[in-house]
Amino acid sequence: MEEKNEFVKKVASQKYEFGFTTDVQTEIIEKGLNEDVVRLISAKKNEPEWMLEFRLRAFRYWLTLEQPEWGHLDMPEIDYQAISYYADPTKKKDNNGPKTTDEIDPELMKTFDKLGIPLEERLALAGTAVDAVMDSVSVKTTFKETLLEKGIIFCSISEAIREHPDLVKQYLGSVVPYRDNYFAALNSAVFSDGSFVYIPKGVRCPMELSTYFRINARETGQFERTLIVCDDDAYVSYLEGCTAPMRDENQLHAAIVEIVVNENAEVKYSTVQNWYPGDENGKGGVLNLVTKRGHLRGANSKLSWTQVETGSAITWKYPSCVLQGDNSQAEFYSVAVTNNYQQADTGTKMIHIGKNTKSTIISKGISAGKSQNSYRGLVKVGTNADGARNYSSCDSLLLGSECGAHTFPYMDIHNNTAIVEHEATTSKISEDQLFYCNQRGIPTEDAVGLIVNGYAKEVLNKLPMEFAVEAQKLLSVSLEGTVG
Amino acid sequence: MENLNSEKQYIDLYQSCSDIIAEHSSEVMNALRAEAFEKFCKNGFPTQKVERYKYTDVPEAFKPDYGLNIKRLNIPVNPADVFKCDVPNMSTLLYFVVNDEFYTKAMPKTGLPDGVIVGSLREASKLHPELVSKYYGKLADTNDSVTALNTMLAQDGLFVYVPKNVVLDKTLQVVNILRADVDLMSNRRVLIVLEESAQARILFCDHAADDRNFLTTQVIEVFAGENSSLDIYELEETHEKNTRFSNLYVSQQAYSNVLHDSITLYNGTTRNMADFNLDGQGAEIHSYGCAITDSSEHIDNNTVISHNVPNCQSDQLYKYVLDDKSVGAFAGLILVKKDAQKTVSQETNSNLCVSKEARMYTQPMLEIYADDVKCSHGSTVGQLDEMALFYMRQRGISEAEARRLLQNAFCSQAIEQIRLEPLRDRLHMLVDKRFRGELNKCGGCKGCK
Amino acid sequence: MLEIKDLHASINGKEILKGINLTIKDGEVHALMGQNGAGKSTLSNVLVGHPAYEVTQGQAIYNGQDLLTMKPEERSHAGLFMSFQTPIEIPGVSMVNFMRAAVNEKRKYRGEEPLSASAFLKLMREKRAIVELDSKLANRSVNEGFSGGEKKRNEIFQMAMLEPTFAILDETDSGLDVDALRIVAEGFNKLRTPQTSALVITHYQRLLDYLKPDIIHVLIGGQIVKTGGPELALEIDEKGFDWIKAEAGL
Repeated sequence: MEEKNEFVKKVASQKYEFGFTTDVQTEIIEKGLNEDVVRLISAKKNEPEWMLEFRLRAFRYWLTLEQPEWGHLDMPEIDYQAISYYADPTKKKDNNGPKTTDEIDPELMKTFDKLGIPLEERLALAGTAVDAVMDSVSVKTTFKETLLEKGIIFCSISEAIREHPDLVKQYLGSVVPYRDNYFAALNSAVFSDGSFVYIPKGVRCPMELSTYFRINARETGQFERTLIVCDDDAYVSYLEGCTAPMRDENQLHAAIVEIVVNENAEVKYSTVQNWYPGDENGKGGVLNLVTKRGHLRGANSKLSWTQVETGSAITWKYPSCVLQGDNSQAEFYSVAVTNNYQQADTGTKMIHIGKNTKSTIISKGISAGKSQNSYRGLVKVGTNADGARNYSSCDSLLLGSECGAHTFPYMDIHNNTAIVEHEATTSKISEDQLFYCNQRGIPTEDAVGLIVNGYAKEVLNKLPMEFAVEAQKLLSVSLEGTVG
Repeated sequence: MENLNSEKQYIDLYQSCSDIIAEHSSEVMNALRAEAFEKFCKNGFPTQKVERYKYTDVPEAFKPDYGLNIKRLNIPVNPADVFKCDVPNMSTLLYFVVNDEFYTKAMPKTGLPDGVIVGSLREASKLHPELVSKYYGKLADTNDSVTALNTMLAQDGLFVYVPKNVVLDKTLQVVNILRADVDLMSNRRVLIVLEESAQARILFCDHAADDRNFLTTQVIEVFAGENSSLDIYELEETHEKNTRFSNLYVSQQAYSNVLHDSITLYNGTTRNMADFNLDGQGAEIHSYGCAITDSSEHIDNNTVISHNVPNCQSDQLYKYVLDDKSVGAFAGLILVKKDAQKTVSQETNSNLCVSKEARMYTQPMLEIYADDVKCSHGSTVGQLDEMALFYMRQRGISEAEARRLLQNAFCSQAIEQIRLEPLRDRLHMLVDKRFRGELNKCGGCKGCK
Repeated sequence: MLEIKDLHASINGKEILKGINLTIKDGEVHALMGQNGAGKSTLSNVLVGHPAYEVTQGQAIYNGQDLLTMKPEERSHAGLFMSFQTPIEIPGVSMVNFMRAAVNEKRKYRGEEPLSASAFLKLMREKRAIVELDSKLANRSVNEGFSGGEKKRNEIFQMAMLEPTFAILDETDSGLDVDALRIVAEGFNKLRTPQTSALVITHYQRLLDYLKPDIIHVLIGGQIVKTGGPELALEIDEKGFDWIKAEAGL
C-alpha cells in the first residue's frame, strides 16, 4: 500500500512535458468581444465581405444565447470580455503570412521542433504534411505544392477563404451551422485559424495530413476552424495534435471541425489531444469545448473518428456523424484519460438517416486522481433508416478511489428493422493482474502502463502508426503509477 | 410559467378544498400537505426538458379535467364482480383498493400474525399515528411534482406493517380497481414497513372496471429493515384510457433483500419511477420489468439504483415488446457513491420493436464514484432472430406461431425472476394470452370488453 | 419423389447454384459430395426455403407440389426435414414447447387433433431413446448449452418426432466423435421406412458406411459434374476431387 501511495504522489507531480512558452513577439488585440472585434479579426485576415457577414450573423445570434448548463461538468465561469480573440505570433509584414521557412521567426521554428513537429519538409516525418497553427495564425503548411499536383488543397482556412472562396462558401457552416450551439455560434463569429482540406473526386491522398495546434499567448482564446471536404471516391487520413504552455488561468479553446464525405469517399480523422490539463491542484488548464461533426452525404461513404484525449482541464466534445448516404459507415474510437482534477465529458452522436447505415462506437475511459470522466452518446435511428445497425461498447477503468467514471448513452430508435446494441462495464485493474505482472518481475508502475495500454489497444490500433506510438507513450506518462 | 394551465386547476382545487381534503383524511397525512403544495406551486409540472421526464409529457397528461372524489362519496362496487383474474394454486390474502380508497367491506377472513397491519393508510395513521408518522413522507421527495401533487391530494391508500422477525407466509394480493361513472383522478398512497428480519410478498394488480378516462398518481414508500425480505410485484392490466403515474421509493437496510417486478400488460399511458436506495451494507435489490404494448400505448420506466454504502448488489432487467404505434422508454441509472466499494451491479434493457411505427428510447446510465466496483450495463433494440424463425418454420411451425413463441421467450426472462411459482406460471400464461390478443377477452375488466 | 430441374440460386446477388438437375425417388438415399463452397449447403437451404437465398431459375417438385412457391413451414408439412449444419440456439424457448408446437402444427395440417400433454410427453420419451438423448436436454432451451454432438443428436431426435418423408442431412457428421456418429447414423437408419428418401451432404466416407447411399453426386461450382454408385464415394475418399475436376475439364 505504502509503495502505491508513493506511486500516486509521483504521478500527481508528473510534469507536463509541453508546458514551456515561446518568447516571440506577438501581436495581440485588446481583450473583449463586440462587433468591432469581429470586424477587426476579419480585417486582420483580409477577408472578403461575405465572410465578415457570416461572422456578424453568428455573433449577433450568439448574443441572444446563454451559456448552457453542464450536466456533469464543474465549469469555471468564463468571462468572455477578459479574453483576447486574436493573437498573431508571426509578426508578418503583409497579410498573406510567411511563404517560406526562411521568413518564419526562428523562435517559432524552434518551438515546433521542440514539439516534435519539424516545419522543414526535409526533416518531416515520412509521408506527413503539416499545417502548424500557433494561437490565431497558421505558421506554415508543408508539402502544399506536392499535394496540389494531385489537385489536393491543404492550407490554412484563412488562406482558403481568400484563395478558394467558392469551395469555402459552399461548405463552411453546412455541417455545423452557427446556430448549432453556444460555442458553435461563438466560434463562427471569431474563429481564427485551422486547416482546410479538399480532396477532389477519385483522388487518394498520398500522405497523412495533419494540423498541429499550439496555444502560446497569455489570456487569449483559440478558436480553431477546420473544414475537410472529401469528394466522390476520394480518401484522406487526417490527424490533429495540440499542446499549450502551463498557465495559472484557464484558457479557452472553442473549435469547430466540419467534415463532408461524398459518395464512396472515406475520411479518417484522428486526434491526439494534449492541451495543458492544469496543475495537480486543478489550477489552470485549457477548457476544450469543441463541436466536431461529419456529414456522410454520399452513398457508401465512410468516416472514422479516433481520439486520444489526455489533456485539457475540461473536455466537452462529441465528434458526431450524420449518416445520410445509404450504406454509409461511421466509427468512433476514443480513449479519454483524466487525472488530478481534469473533467472529460466526451462521446459521440450517430444519427442514422440513410438505409443500411452502420455505426460502431468504442469508448475507453480511464479515470485517476480526483478526476471525472464521462461518456455521453446518442444513437438515433430515423424512421427511414431501414436496416440500420449500431454497436456501442463503453468501458471505464478507475484508478483510485476519488475519481468518477460515468456512462450516459441515449438510444432513440424509430425504425423496427434497426439493430442497436450497447454495452458498458466499469471496473478497476485487478489485483491479480498486477500481482501476476509483479511475480514476473514487472514493477507495478510498468504493469499499470502495460495494462492500460492493453486496455486501450483497440483504439490505439486505429491511429496511423507513427501517432500510435506517440499516443501510447502519452498514455503511460499521463497515468504512471495511479493505482489505488 | 408556460404550463400554467395544467397546474392551475390543481392549485385552485387545493386552495379551495384543502379543508375538505383534510377532513376526510388523517392528521399524519394532512401534516405534509402545505409544504407539498408550496413545492408544487414553485416547481410546476416538469417539462420534457427535465432529464427524468424527457420521455413523457406530464403537463399534457394532467391537463384534462378529471373529477376527484375528495368528499369520499361512496362509489358502488362489487370487487368480486370486477376481479376475476385470481391466481390459481396460489392462496393469497386478498385486499381491494377502489380508486384511492381502501375497501373495508371485503377483507380476508384469515387472521394475520400478531402485530401485522394491513389496511387503510388513513385509518392506520389515526390508530397508530406515531408509527405511521415515523415513516410517512420520509422517502417520497416532494421536489418531484408528481409526488408533491400526490402528497397534497392523497387521502387514503394502503398501509402494510410487518414487525420484527415476522414472516408472512401468504402473499398479500392488493387489487387496485378503477371504478367511476365520470372521468376520474385518483391519488393513491402506499406505505410499506418491514422491521428487522421480517418477510413479505405483495402483489399489486391494477384493473379498470369502467370504460372511463382515469388518471392515477401513486406514491409507494418502502422501508425494508435489516435482514428483511420483500417482494413487490406490480401488474398493470388496465386500458387505453388509463394514465398512471407511479413513484416508488425504497430504502433498504443492511442485508435486506428486495425484489421489484413491474409488469405492464395492458395500459394507456404509464410512467413508473422507482428510486432504490441501498442504505445498509450487504443489501440486495433485484429490479425487473416487462412491458408489452400496442396501439398507441406509452410506457416509460425510469429507475435510479443508488448504492450509498459498500458491499451491496443490484441487478436489473427490463424487457419491452412494442407493436403498432406504441412508444417505450427506459432510463436506468446506477449510482455508486464515493464510499460504496465492492459494489456489484448489472443492468440490462432489451427491446423488440415489432412494427414500423413503434419507437423506443433507452438510456442505461452508470455514474460511479468508487473504484473497487464491478458494474456493467447493456441495452439492445432489435428484432426477433431471423435464423431462429427459419429454424422453427423448417420444423413446421407457422411464422405467426414461431414469432409468438420467440416473443414469449423474450419476455420470459423478466418473469422467470418471480420468486413465487404459481404467480410465475400465471404470468407466463397472461403474457402468452397478451401475444395472442386474447387478454382483452378475459372478461375481468369492463374496459376491455 | 423429388425432381429438381435446372435450379439456379443466389445469395446477396452472387449466383451459387448454376443449373442443378437431380431426381430422388422414394426410398432412395443420395449423397452429395464436393468441396467447401461448391453449393451443397445452398442446395439444401433452397429446398427448405431459407429466406436469404433467391431462386432465379428452375424448378423443384416434390410429390407433385411446387416446393419453390411454398413457405418453409408448408414444405415441412409436406414431409421435408433438414438437419441443420449449425443448429440454431433459441434462448427462452424450451425443447418441450418447441416440439409440441411443431408436432401439433403438423397434426393440424393432417387434420388430426392436437396431442394431449401426456401423450406428447410419452412420444418425446420414446423418440429420445432412439438417439440416446439425455432427458435433461429436453427441458433446456432449444440447443442452448448443448455440445456439438448433442446438437446433432437433437436434430435426429426432432426428425424422429416429425417423421419426415424426405430428410436432408447437412454435414450432420461434422464435429462428431466416433460414438456420436454411430448413434446419429443408426438413429437415422432406425427411422427410415421404404418410402423415406434422403439427401446426405458429407465430406467423409465414414457416415456413408452407415447410411449406404444408393447414388453419389459430386457438386463442383454449382453444378453436378459426376454421378455414380457407392463406389464413387470410396474413390473420392481415396483420391480427392482433382481427378473429377480434370475429367470435367474444370
